[in-house]
Amino acid sequence: MNDSHYCPHTPEEIAEMLSVIGVASVEELFAPIPAALRAKTFNIPPGMSEFETFSRMQEIAGENSQGMTHFIGGGFYDHIIPSVVDHLANRSEFYTAYTPYQPECSQGTLQALFEYQTAICRLTGLDVSNASLYDGGTACAEAAMMALRVTGRNKIILDGCVSPFSREVLKTYLFNLDVDIVEIAPLDGLLNRSALAAVLDDSVAAVLVQNPNFFGSIEDFSALSEQVHGVGALLIGSVYPISLGILKSPGEIGIDIAVGDGQSLGNPLSFGGPSFGFIAATKKYIRNMPGRIVGETVDRNGKRGFVLTLQAREQHIKRHKATSNICSNQGLCALRGLIFLSSIGKEGLTDLARLNRDKAEYAKSLCVGIPGVSLLQSSVTFNEFTLVLPKHAADVVAGQLEKGIAAGVPLGQYYDGLENCLVVTVTEKRTKKEIELFVKELEVALCN
Amino acid sequence: MQLIYEQSTPGRRGVKLPASDVPTASALPGTLLRAEKAGLAEVSELDLVRHFTNLSRRNFSVDTNFYPLGSCTMKYNAKVLENSAALFAPFHPMTALLPGGVEFCQGTLGMLYDLGQLLADITGMDEVTTQPLAGAHGEMTGIMLIAAYHAAKGNKAKKKYVVVPDSSHGTNPASAAIAGYEIITVPTAPYGDMDLDLFKKAMSDEVAAVMMTCPNTLGLFNPHIKEISDIAHRFDALMYYDGANLNAIMGKVKPGDVGFDVIHVNLHKTFGTPHGGGGPGSGPVGVKKALIPFLPQPRIVMDGGGKLLLETANPGTIGRTANFFGNFGVMAKAYAYIIMLGREGLIEVSEQAVLNANYIKEKLKGYYDLPYDMTCMHEVVFSASKQLEHGVHAIDIAKFLIDRGYHPPTVYFPMIVKEAIMIEPTETESKATMDAFIEVMIEAARTAESNPQALHDAPLTMPISRLDETKAAREQNVCCAW
Repeated sequence: MNDSHYCPHTPEEIAEMLSVIGVASVEELFAPIPAALRAKTFNIPPGMSEFETFSRMQEIAGENSQGMTHFIGGGFYDHIIPSVVDHLANRSEFYTAYTPYQPECSQGTLQALFEYQTAICRLTGLDVSNASLYDGGTACAEAAMMALRVTGRNKIILDGCVSPFSREVLKTYLFNLDVDIVEIAPLDGLLNRSALAAVLDDSVAAVLVQNPNFFGSIEDFSALSEQVHGVGALLIGSVYPISLGILKSPGEIGIDIAVGDGQSLGNPLSFGGPSFGFIAATKKYIRNMPGRIVGETVDRNGKRGFVLTLQAREQHIKRHKATSNICSNQGLCALRGLIFLSSIGKEGLTDLARLNRDKAEYAKSLCVGIPGVSLLQSSVTFNEFTLVLPKHAADVVAGQLEKGIAAGVPLGQYYDGLENCLVVTVTEKRTKKEIELFVKELEVALCN
Repeated sequence: MQLIYEQSTPGRRGVKLPASDVPTASALPGTLLRAEKAGLAEVSELDLVRHFTNLSRRNFSVDTNFYPLGSCTMKYNAKVLENSAALFAPFHPMTALLPGGVEFCQGTLGMLYDLGQLLADITGMDEVTTQPLAGAHGEMTGIMLIAAYHAAKGNKAKKKYVVVPDSSHGTNPASAAIAGYEIITVPTAPYGDMDLDLFKKAMSDEVAAVMMTCPNTLGLFNPHIKEISDIAHRFDALMYYDGANLNAIMGKVKPGDVGFDVIHVNLHKTFGTPHGGGGPGSGPVGVKKALIPFLPQPRIVMDGGGKLLLETANPGTIGRTANFFGNFGVMAKAYAYIIMLGREGLIEVSEQAVLNANYIKEKLKGYYDLPYDMTCMHEVVFSASKQLEHGVHAIDIAKFLIDRGYHPPTVYFPMIVKEAIMIEPTETESKATMDAFIEVMIEAARTAESNPQALHDAPLTMPISRLDETKAAREQNVCCAW
């Protein structure tokens, strides 16, 4: 015994417990499993010490290339994370708790989630937020399903400028629900508005757009929201939270449901997760929201407290009629998002957004100085922009990886005809020196 | 406690940003800009640290309190797992998706592949996708795989139903509904599991899948499981295994060996990763060979030379279920857990989880009604029906436990047990901890008879007393007013 030192019993204690139960051995407790069904093999390697385990994990991490300079985004961004985020979110009173179903002994988690919901509402300019979803892609899918419920209609229009990953996730979610999905092919990195207008009618439940979009373009969707509402549909906007330090909020645009990925808010890249998805909406849609929601109330003495509320929407009560199947969400990542936003603060988020744009504009100005390189989009951009190169972007990127530079996302694998296009991301972490080296290497690669 | 927003002072900052080393960009057109800055908190770093530190102290957690929350497997979360996951913080997922990028991500892709292999062995499956982000997400993915399997055979229109027992987790029917299925619910028999005769009556060619948790939510292993899967397969219905209760059976029985075709595993339950106050979890899905063609993309595969590649163009795939490769950080912790405990360690985990649950069952069954009195697996479900005779409900006992420093067991689930109290001690708790808990549970039972009001009044030692949930639902204050 004690192969796992996390199982604390001594042989004497085990013997005592077995005698209380009235069996001779632990094995007898497994008697309900018919002998014929018992496992014949179990080929897990022998265990090891904590020290050896950590060494092995270090080896694995070491098998990835180290110190890559990131000019890639695509939904996950290399942003600063203030030290307080790790220190506070790593309080084990937070991370070893579970869903706050017992509010009296979970006020820490509940109040934090209420503060998180508040941050998301204020960031998006919308009335209500839930306590988090899985990621940006699944949040798009949940928002679409929410719009189907709200409108009772059966068609979703997808702007092709939305992240191809999020669009794929949405299509996977809706595949078995017989929903009509109409995709609008992008026009030079922007929403093709006339193509959209041609299919927008009163059979449409929602239009999904992204701002800034996958090409990095910033668009003004204010007029679009009026058109969409004119046919009784909902406008869903996927947004990049850092950009909301300066950009018009979804609420100001007239977006009904805002979603996005919260990774950029204090969550490490961590090879793609965990991050969190956020979703916010106007108040009238609260009963159609997916997932957990924290609400304010009072206790028996009139003291303010927080509880999970409107649980009758959820799977543990409504089962197959629930607004979503989600149970576990990404609560700890949402907490990181709250701590990040509270640390950066009201003024800081604006400064951070400006810093991102300044860095990207500097890189952009240098890139377009390279002979044969131009910009795909005519619009303004935030911290990403799309270059049109004189050769296949995929070939350029593969060569740059060897030099430790992730030089951008080539679009050929996501959009037919855009093989020469490269989406470049520049966050506040990229120094002038890194940017200049990146541009120099790009120029070398293009001139060869 | 004040909200962070109530502590704000205009202009105060919690962190200093790097100074810009590039020229300031020309301003964006005003039509694209927000009218007012977002009303985020404005606090100093110290005030921020005190606020969240003090908030954390208002939580019960595994690290501070015994947390026998049934169905959730609240075991101790080893600290080396946290350190391990942090090693992977700098790796960008897009790197792997760039042309030639897999070369630079062999460590992370290899770990996901290896984790899949280990989970496949533990569950008796042929391949595992690590993309699903939580248990319910895994269920949805699994049922979509089953839907794709039936569609590929030309049976999409014919297969309309998913069968679940009435003791199932709510996520089971909710996930099946997203995959487009209607639900048939089969009642539980007196022997504590899905009624075999009623199950047989429910089965037809129109059933796409049967979703089971085994051991089930009553903590009982279904002795008829092989017969159930044989019957399901006769109708070409596939067997779905909800892996929520896998902690009971590692090395003892493999779901794949007893006829299950698809399984999801909750890494945050069985494999020791922390629950995070509600997430993140991770819900890898294992399948039998016949379902491999439908697995989500990108799929991590190994070539003959041991190099990891990404398969992205499989026409049969259900598509992408999440943006990247799943909750990698959670999987790094689970991987470290499995290699650290190893074969014997995992077997011991299941043995002691079962030992502990049966010990509590024996010690408490004289005080609480035990509707299904038989050897349980990793959890035991009592009923507060005896206490109800004195007007005391399961929730009152739960609140009494809070005053004594215990996180309550799961109450009112499964719904088929009146006033259910579902206790899952897990293998990491000592006998002394369980004995002390048992004493308090006995005290609660006695107090229910002698002084029910004391239970109605609990908890009295927390920062707040019982909350008005009706007011919360009516007023819907889910965001701090401006």
